[in-house]
Amino acid sequence: MNEKEKKTREPLFHIAKRPAIEWWKAWLIRGGAIIASLIVCAFIIVILTKQNPLEVYAAMVKGSFGTPRKFWAMLQNLAILLCISLAVTPAFKMKFWNLGAEGQVLFGGLCSMVLMFTVGDKIPNWMLIASMLAASVLGGILWGLFPAVLKAKWGTNESLFTLMMNYIAIQLVAFAIMVWVPSGSSVMGLVNSTTKAGWLPDLFGQKYLINILIVAVLTVVMFIYLKYSKHGYEISVVGESENTARYIGINVKKVIVRTMILSGALCGLAGFLLVSGTNHTISKELAGGNGFTAIMVSWLAKFNPLIMVLTSFLIAFLQKGAGEIATNFKLNTSIADILTGIIIFFIIGCEFFINYQIKSTKSKEGK
Amino acid sequence: MLSTIASFINAAIIQGIPLLFGSTGEIITEKSGNLNLGIPGIMYVGGISGIIGGYIYEHSVEKTVPIICILVSLCASLIGSALMSLIYAFLTQTLKANQNVTGLALTTFGVGVGNFFGGSLLKFFNESGSISLLDTGLAYKKALPFASKLGLFGNTFLSFGFLAYTAIIIAIVSSIILNKTRVGLNLRAIGENPATADAAGINVNRYKYLSTLIGGMIAGLGGLYFVMDYTAGAWTNNGFGDRGWLAIAIVIFALWKPKSAILSSFIFGGLYIICVYIPGLSSSSKEIIKMLPYLVTIIVLVVISARKKKEHQPPQSLGLTYFREER
Amino acid sequence: MGAPAIELKNICKTFGSITANKNVSLTVNNGEILSLLGENGSGKTTLMNMISGIYFPDAGHIFIDGKEVVIRSPKDAFDHKIGMIHQHFKLVDIFSAAENIVLGLKEKGKFDIKDIEKKVADISAKYGFDIDPSKKIYEMSVSEKQTVEIIKVLYRGANILILDEPTAVLTPQETEKLFAVLKKMKEDGKAIVIITHKLHEVLAISDKVSVLRKGEYIGTVMTSETDESQLTEMMVGKKISLNINREEPEGAQDRLEVKGIDYESIDGVKILDDVSFTARSGEILGIAGISGSGQKELLESIAGLRKLDGGEIIYHNPKTGTSDNLRDRTPTQIKELGVRLSFVPEDRLGMGLVGNMDIIDNMMLRSYKKGKTAFVERKQPRDLAEKIISDLEVVTPSANTPVRRLSGGNIQKVLVGREIAAAPTVLMVAYPVRGLDINSSYLIYKLLNEQKANGVSVIFVGEDLDVLVELCDRIVVLSSGRVTGIVDARNTTKEEIGLLMTGTKGGSSDE
Repeated sequence: MNEKEKKTREPLFHIAKRPAIEWWKAWLIRGGAIIASLIVCAFIIVILTKQNPLEVYAAMVKGSFGTPRKFWAMLQNLAILLCISLAVTPAFKMKFWNLGAEGQVLFGGLCSMVLMFTVGDKIPNWMLIASMLAASVLGGILWGLFPAVLKAKWGTNESLFTLMMNYIAIQLVAFAIMVWVPSGSSVMGLVNSTTKAGWLPDLFGQKYLINILIVAVLTVVMFIYLKYSKHGYEISVVGESENTARYIGINVKKVIVRTMILSGALCGLAGFLLVSGTNHTISKELAGGNGFTAIMVSWLAKFNPLIMVLTSFLIAFLQKGAGEIATNFKLNTSIADILTGIIIFFIIGCEFFINYQIKSTKSKEGK
Repeated sequence: MLSTIASFINAAIIQGIPLLFGSTGEIITEKSGNLNLGIPGIMYVGGISGIIGGYIYEHSVEKTVPIICILVSLCASLIGSALMSLIYAFLTQTLKANQNVTGLALTTFGVGVGNFFGGSLLKFFNESGSISLLDTGLAYKKALPFASKLGLFGNTFLSFGFLAYTAIIIAIVSSIILNKTRVGLNLRAIGENPATADAAGINVNRYKYLSTLIGGMIAGLGGLYFVMDYTAGAWTNNGFGDRGWLAIAIVIFALWKPKSAILSSFIFGGLYIICVYIPGLSSSSKEIIKMLPYLVTIIVLVVISARKKKEHQPPQSLGLTYFREER
Repeated sequence: MGAPAIELKNICKTFGSITANKNVSLTVNNGEILSLLGENGSGKTTLMNMISGIYFPDAGHIFIDGKEVVIRSPKDAFDHKIGMIHQHFKLVDIFSAAENIVLGLKEKGKFDIKDIEKKVADISAKYGFDIDPSKKIYEMSVSEKQTVEIIKVLYRGANILILDEPTAVLTPQETEKLFAVLKKMKEDGKAIVIITHKLHEVLAISDKVSVLRKGEYIGTVMTSETDESQLTEMMVGKKISLNINREEPEGAQDRLEVKGIDYESIDGVKILDDVSFTARSGEILGIAGISGSGQKELLESIAGLRKLDGGEIIYHNPKTGTSDNLRDRTPTQIKELGVRLSFVPEDRLGMGLVGNMDIIDNMMLRSYKKGKTAFVERKQPRDLAEKIISDLEVVTPSANTPVRRLSGGNIQKVLVGREIAAAPTVLMVAYPVRGLDINSSYLIYKLLNEQKANGVSVIFVGEDLDVLVELCDRIVVLSSGRVTGIVDARNTTKEEIGLLMTGTKGGSSDE
């Protein structure tokens, strides 16, 4: 066989796992991916609105920072998204695919609403709020515990299980609304709007400040838990290698169940904050898809709670900003989901260039 | 009584058809080991692409021809869902991204695309009101010519548009291809054990790409059926609802078998609307009944994992990325 | 005679810093059976994987029937009529035998499984295999699975057959049948390569023998012109003096008694069969054997990671004077008994260390539970990490570097350093110098000798016979999960151990 023929038959390049990459190179790649995705988004916006993209981005900034009210609303969205992201993080770090945050939030919220609705005017407000909190957390735990226990016992596929649990929660909420709203309009108005029983109080005149503060504290606590606690350490080891975990005597099943209890509890908490602190009502859209978005937020931040503040800000900003362009240019608000999707595609795609390298076959032969 | 049952069965089938497209598509995809959670998004895009294609056609000619209405919107729908599937396949196969995250992002993106264009399409053409493609919808809804002559039987089982029969044919053909052909054997082997398939000389990458693509296009037809036949050419935002996830549930319920997916889809479709047919049911109990499909799916999932019967398990490499020179 | 069926010239392959094959050349003619002989890690399987398209060579040339070819994938290998029967079967569990056999084939005509089953039955009848083509793989025994693999290659009409350790899982009767088949195929003019380490089988079946040692090609001899001792010598090499220090053990006491332990894999294969030995304090006990003879399972059983099917593991506690049975206890329970057991596993990054964690966090694997608070204490692990880095000269940017980014030698220093720091009474190390350079290897030997001097009972699983003979005090030889001999390392030869390992002595390989 002659040389030319041989060349054409050999693979031009092959892909190999990188042994490791410096952290700054990795973040450079990720930064590049975000910039590339913003350029693509700009193209799309220009095509749709025929406006100067800089003007459009300016409008987006206005959507989030334009008025104090918009700013607080954005912060509130950020806080809830961040709270759910924090919730799913320990489970993901352990490689337990909890796709059921949506349902855990919803069921947690439902537990709060049951108390708010039924005993709202019968017990002191502090006691009501405390019991609502407890009920939500327990509800979230319950929703996360089923899949975890069965995963530990029989290896039941947790991503499919948790996914299905979402819709059970959705239907339970729909059921409750039908029971509570006799007109059958399936929309529940503000609950206890006169007594404000079960409403988290305003702080310094700001309605959402308590939510934001709780989540801020939670972020720091979760960061410390994952990085400095024994539990956090066990989660990391189980997630990285179950073999190593067994080798040093970690009870893997126990860690799975314990971590999902935590994950469910925090989702329940998010449900409580939404019902008691933000909406004072409940609907099937209580979690509003944040249960799924949170998975991406957590993944993009490489499971680091502090970086999650940035990634959830990115998403919250996009959603508010896209809402603003939608009103300004009379477009549909779903543009936000399109932009979010594109940015996430770029960021998950760029991980390839961090973990793998493309080797040229020719250069290796030295010809 | 008989006519109520007949109309219930009819309605169950109508509800079941989009689910059947979705679950058949997802089964084909999952058989290659790809857990495509982007299917709900793909179905939205399949629907809206068909709407866009049909809209442009209806607005560019004076008088529409039914067959061209169908061809244009069908092609548009297939192209839309193919592009979506390619995003998934490129990210998970070529760039080896995590399947769960990619799938969820694709669903966010796809639902966004559907609702965005559904809500803004008319504005782009400086019109107002809501989208309604009467001609195209009518073309899709055309029943078999002899259906009405066959009385109750005809009205119950033969009164659907051609896409409904297509769904059943696709499911049966998929079942035959998966179980009775070399291609099917190779595909199943990849989903079970890609390293073995690779060693047997099967092009794992090409199979995974193609099955994701074909599966996505089939699922997209579910979206098309919904907007063209079920709602007769009208688009309402979020109108398709959570049917995409229900399709994924059916995949489990049918134990990854396209043939079982047919009956499963009709059962799930029936459960979706049975509350309308039970007299004296309170609106709250209706919501509980709507919960049943998911509950049953969970029970099936738990039972198969507990019984550990080999033939009933999900494809063994489902959700995992395959990379050959792993050492 | 025409061109050789397959000819390799100067094949090289490296994995990271490890050289698996270096300038290997060999030739197989049609109608010939070649045995490929070598110790563990000598690169036999890697070499054959390059012919069958699993790996791609870094350099070198492959000729089939005199023409140079490039084998990029298993498919290319099939196109050149090369068929390989792997040691680890590549079968789809939920498929039937017939379905596995035709997997990936592009035959013309209708796909009819009944038809294929008939063809499979014909092949079975022709060669005397006993197999039900419609039986599912997961219902099969190991030898049935191997039969499926062999029929798969025959069905494809392979002209060049490669069998990786085919007799390791077969009964003597099945081995005889296999050899009969191989001889028939040889008469058909096929070229056959059989990877093995059982010398009597080599002599019984092959026409010529090629020997690899540590990735390098040693030579080829005609079977009719050689004998066991020449082959053993080619395989293990001339004795090389390594000048490893070895002190006489002092005050040796029985520390760990392994009594008749049995272990079966999930497939029902006996991995450990009535294994007994005693490890004493202040000595290094070597464990020799071809890889896969049960070394891994033995160490993991002692460490509490596997449930045994029989036997006892008795630990004599030097502090309390009590004796405890460690069988079926978890690592945590073993620790709670006051047993200070350290274990350097074979799979350093998959078991002993976590690649993505830094050195400090890897130190914590053993100690993170210390302290009463809910938080981990990083001060001591940091000090320990710094100490190991300076004492063992670990080359790393800092103690905060993920261990994945260190070189193989430095990774091993971190792991061994941590296990020794726990002040063990029993220290088990598996292949501690695999892939390490000379200096790092000597450092590891020095550390093991220090432990021995401290009265630790060291159990050393090794593959390099030179090292085993010079470093250890006594050597337990395993062959197919059985102890074929316990020898005094000071009065033995590599040849003696080599013969025990390959099961030709001790009479245990044939039952």
